[in-house]
Amino acid sequence: MINLTIDNQQVRVEEGASVLEASRKLGIDIPTLCYLKGLNEPASCRVCVVRVQGRPTFDAACVLPAEEGMVVHTNTPEVLAARKQILELFLSDHPFECLTCERSLNCELQRLAKRYGIRDPYPGGERNRFRIDDLSPSVVREPDKCVRCRRCVAVCEEFITADIYRMNDRSFQAVVGPAFNGSLTETPCIYCGQCITVCPTAALREKDSSALVWEALADPKRHVVVQTAPAIRSSISEEFGFPVGTPVEGQMVAALRRLGFDRVFDDCFGADVCVMEEATEFMERLKKGGPFPQFTSCCPSWVLFCEKFYPQMVDNLSDVKSPQQIFGALAKTYYARQAGLDPAQIFVVSVMPCVSKKYELLRPEMKASGVQDVDAELSTREFVQMLHQAGLDLKKLPKEKFDSPMGSASGAGILFGATGGVLEAALRTVYEWLSGKPLKRLEFEEVRSREFKEALINAGDHELRVAVARGTGAARRLLDQVLEGKKDYHFVEVMACPGGCVGGGGQPIYTETSDWNEQVSHRVKRAAGLFELDRSKECRKSHENAAVLKLYEDYLGRPGGQLARKLLHSHHIRRKLYAGESLASKA
Amino acid sequence: MKQTAARKQDEFHELASIVKKYRGREGVLIQALQEAQEMYGFLSRELLIRLAYELDVPLSEIYSVVSFYALFKTEPVGRCHMEVCGGTACYVNGMRDLLEYLEEEYSLRPGEVTGDGKFSLSTVNCVGACSASPVVKIGEEVFGEITGRRLKQLLERYGNE
Amino acid sequence: MNDVVESLDELVARIKPEERHLLFCGGVPCLSMGCRKVREAVLRELKEHNLTGKVKVLEAGCIGNCKLGPTLIVYPEGVIYRKINEENAREIVREHILGGKLLEHLLYRDDSTSEVRHRREDMPFYRGQKRLVLRNCGVIPPDIDAYMSNQGYAALAKVLTELTPEDVIEQVSRSGLRGRGGGGFPTGRKWQAARAAEGTEKYVICNGDEGDPGAFMDRSIMEGDPHSVLEGLTLAGYAVGAGQGYIYVRAEYPLAVRRLETAIGEARKACLLGDDILKQGFSFDVEIRVGAGAFVCGEETALISSVEGTRGDPHPRPPYPAEKGVWGSPTVINNVETLANIPPIILNGADWFGAVGTEKSKGTKVFALAGKVKHSGLVEVPMGTTLREVIFDIAGGVADNRRFKAAQTGGPSGGCLSEEHLDLPLDYESLREAGSIIGSGGLIVMDEDTCMVDVARFFSNFNYQESCGKCTTCRIGTRRMLEILEKITSGEGGEADLDRLESLAGLIKSASLCGLGRTAPTPVLSTLRHFRAEYLAHIRDKRCPAGVCPGLARHAILEERCRVCGICRNVCPVGAVIKEDKSYRIDPDKCVDCARCAQECPFGAIRGRKRKEQAKA
Repeated sequence: MINLTIDNQQVRVEEGASVLEASRKLGIDIPTLCYLKGLNEPASCRVCVVRVQGRPTFDAACVLPAEEGMVVHTNTPEVLAARKQILELFLSDHPFECLTCERSLNCELQRLAKRYGIRDPYPGGERNRFRIDDLSPSVVREPDKCVRCRRCVAVCEEFITADIYRMNDRSFQAVVGPAFNGSLTETPCIYCGQCITVCPTAALREKDSSALVWEALADPKRHVVVQTAPAIRSSISEEFGFPVGTPVEGQMVAALRRLGFDRVFDDCFGADVCVMEEATEFMERLKKGGPFPQFTSCCPSWVLFCEKFYPQMVDNLSDVKSPQQIFGALAKTYYARQAGLDPAQIFVVSVMPCVSKKYELLRPEMKASGVQDVDAELSTREFVQMLHQAGLDLKKLPKEKFDSPMGSASGAGILFGATGGVLEAALRTVYEWLSGKPLKRLEFEEVRSREFKEALINAGDHELRVAVARGTGAARRLLDQVLEGKKDYHFVEVMACPGGCVGGGGQPIYTETSDWNEQVSHRVKRAAGLFELDRSKECRKSHENAAVLKLYEDYLGRPGGQLARKLLHSHHIRRKLYAGESLASKA
Repeated sequence: MKQTAARKQDEFHELASIVKKYRGREGVLIQALQEAQEMYGFLSRELLIRLAYELDVPLSEIYSVVSFYALFKTEPVGRCHMEVCGGTACYVNGMRDLLEYLEEEYSLRPGEVTGDGKFSLSTVNCVGACSASPVVKIGEEVFGEITGRRLKQLLERYGNE
Repeated sequence: MNDVVESLDELVARIKPEERHLLFCGGVPCLSMGCRKVREAVLRELKEHNLTGKVKVLEAGCIGNCKLGPTLIVYPEGVIYRKINEENAREIVREHILGGKLLEHLLYRDDSTSEVRHRREDMPFYRGQKRLVLRNCGVIPPDIDAYMSNQGYAALAKVLTELTPEDVIEQVSRSGLRGRGGGGFPTGRKWQAARAAEGTEKYVICNGDEGDPGAFMDRSIMEGDPHSVLEGLTLAGYAVGAGQGYIYVRAEYPLAVRRLETAIGEARKACLLGDDILKQGFSFDVEIRVGAGAFVCGEETALISSVEGTRGDPHPRPPYPAEKGVWGSPTVINNVETLANIPPIILNGADWFGAVGTEKSKGTKVFALAGKVKHSGLVEVPMGTTLREVIFDIAGGVADNRRFKAAQTGGPSGGCLSEEHLDLPLDYESLREAGSIIGSGGLIVMDEDTCMVDVARFFSNFNYQESCGKCTTCRIGTRRMLEILEKITSGEGGEADLDRLESLAGLIKSASLCGLGRTAPTPVLSTLRHFRAEYLAHIRDKRCPAGVCPGLARHAILEERCRVCGICRNVCPVGAVIKEDKSYRIDPDKCVDCARCAQECPFGAIRGRKRKEQAKA
């Protein structure tokens, strides 16, 4: 243990603790901006400077190891003046657009400016002007708002391992960006949006689709249906004052009706259909002897990651579409027929914790109904914004039920929102089909995890090796081992984002911590509500969902059958890393 | 079209020696880029993409390094590339006048190439020949005590080579 | 003195051509003045007289007195010829080598007495120096044979056979040697820390990224005596327990890179590098890493990033490189000059070294003299020698007999010293107290034609452009500092700008991440401290006293030089020159800055925009 003095207070900390941590232990909050412990510690923003007695200059508290006998001052006039000056410098190279900025009131720079009472901005001075990159369907980059914290660089390099961002150029013009400071569309970006969730400002944000949706809702000729991803129901609650992870499915449905959607459906229905198809595909692979492992394909960022970084493995991806696309295809065929509507008349909106879904819906393959199957996607953040605009407070709304025929889901479908959930949902079905017995114990604890995990399952005559990779970085490590022949699996689930969809790139941005692990924990807490919903369901297996069974009976025929293949399956493309595809954005 | 594409690929066949030497080795990106620039005169976007594939290094990493170091060029240079030293002694002894001269007489500013592709100009940090200031560097050769007239002579000589 | 000349004459006459060899200075300044062509002329002339191969022609590193280049020394008598051209070269072969006669007109003459000085040791420029580090520079060719016949690698042999690594560290610590790259950190302590640090792999790096504009001592050493650097680095490797060394050289120094490459090849061949050096069980090899143009890479942690092949991004310290450096392993980074000091310390002992210099700053320091000084070049003096001794006694004072105004030391991280500091001893502590630093040893002399605000602007621009852009204070701060200085030098500055400049400089100095940022404000702070009046002239009077700043460089007549001849009034096309009692005066409202007066004035009494014309001439 180490003893030191901070602002005349004695404190004892573990060896290796930083001065920042020691101060926080005393209840003294030293400000940070670039720092995200465990992920990004460049000590570059300098707002955490403190004065250590005997040292000639200020030190960055975030990375300065506490030493025995150290005497630290964190709030002397000179320290406070330095922090203020640093913030003034930041603001002198930042657009003053706070009133119209998406991150207003949730911006870490704005919060610091307020906290330090910056009143007189730096007079004059050149400001960097960069081009906005809004060419990608998912992520908008506005480098003028970049504070050079490099968190996006770190999350993309370490966690996602797509390595899109770097610090480019030098001097005053140095800025974070993709190669050539070009567009994300020219990079191997997988549009997961994790960079958005760690950006302290609005330098990175999603491409806003809400205007498109408002327009569709106002159009009397349009029949607007909405599907809500599993994770949404336990994620929006925190934006309305509920504890993190509170499931608010009923209020959410009520809110969507009040927004004006003609039908409020559940994407978990699509997830259940997805399980039916994926389990069928798995059974076929077992019969044919492969190729294994079969990878899940419901995360479009993961699919794109595989297509770009492991093109030799695309045949291992399940060719079943994601629940969003399955839903879209069925809404414009199955539902259209039932409701007597022309597919072109139906406008399908999805509400997802994701920005990659905006990309997915534009993939040229996604036109099984003859027109684009899903018309627009709203991220959780856009959805919350729309509720605010409409004056809808979830706390004041009643609980309502989804519409049929695509509104009922099994517990398995709901699990899609958490890491390990897709695999678990699929195994519930696969197990029963293989062993002929209903699965008694439903939870596969060993695969429901935050880290890359594996499990061995005995199902009938089969011994199944399955794994879950949490994030594409973990997937990369797993794939490399598979390719080297060190690992061998039957079924692998990959989700690009930490914690799965609950930690998605379209989710509420949590800025209350400067610790990456705490941030991930916060996201994972949102999954608790999903597990709770699963447990509360009478029907917890996709193949027992009556609405799904009816769908097959009335319309699709058998899982993996001809119509199912046409509508619900897709193919994958071996892509080049730097080919640069252009997907015309609809917005 | 296919043929042009094939020829274009061929354009970088010389990179193979660099790739062979450096692929899979850590910490050698700068050296690989230096050698590539030596071969091709400048680092074009296509060349960098090719290197990214062949060295298996993210393009973002490559560009980050290229854009950081002053001596990496992403635009073609003239057949005769001049570097005017911007060190303190040269600055004090008339480096600015040399730049002014080049702009007036040759319409050449740092970072530019003349229309005929003959000359290009950049400034360079102190080459350490301060006693002979102001100095101009062409290739590896350094020329000292340069005046407008001497510069003209040099340009005539190199322009005809 | 006459005796010497006579006996030298006799000596010259008696030596047969075959006993002679010719040594050219092969430093970059001499090369830049065309010394290769002169050498070719000598070789041609020798061939004509069938002396090819009989008279050896060698190229050494930098001799040091660069203003005399191209220079040629005729051995064994050691007569030095200066500023020679191709025609002179032929003369030297015919008259001196064949005829045994000295060529008076090519010999160096004393500035004040005009007396001939035949040999280096007769010149005041060399007499006042103490050449430990530069012992071989310009004396021997940079090859291994010459090095070894001058005690080269004797220190390595001694260490490998007689001393433990701890002994070596003890010697270096006791000698009091401190880092010559700028920081002045005790070298022995650095080695000790790396030796004690845990790690199986350790590295030593020679920092040859001499980025300071106006500094060229490391270049000269690497070019002129590459083996001393290699030997020093190998000794460091032995002391620290490293098996691999790197020499990081700027790309702007291609000749140094080539000489070092050759030297490494020679050393490997001689079993002085590589596996099992001198069969003593110590293995060590060296790789050259060529920089790609980034000043910040001179900073230790940025250099490590660059050696690892990435951007030269600095990192917070601690951890220090001695604990976690290249590839996360303990790493010692020493500057070129520091390492060149090691072999003599080992050979002659710590006490011998400690006897030179001051109490806290031991040994010598090489300064690169440039700017408005008569004899620019390399000067090595004991630490503690005064600025006056260096500039006036050794280097002959300010060029063109102008008045001394300032000396800039330490490059962009250093500051400007004024006349009141001329008797300041040059050592780490004294310079720091005066608001500057020794830095790597660049010393630029400035006369009254230099504008100190413009100098601050020049260095601020340099630091701004060379900022890596990582930390806020340096990335935005240096830009803002430059903007204020540009405002002032263009006549738009107000007094509030001075306060803002001072406060910004203070912030950047105390809150930046690395050494570049922390020292970036030094040129500004030191000029504000010692030359504040010049700032005020720019701000209050909208006038640049030195006549440099373009917007404020109005033509003016210097009363002390004006001889009242009236030429300026005659040539002025707009009638702006007005006759006064004892001089003329230029009416700034009428003057159109055409510079005719400045061109025509026979006494150089008119200050203004005249540089362009000079360059064109």
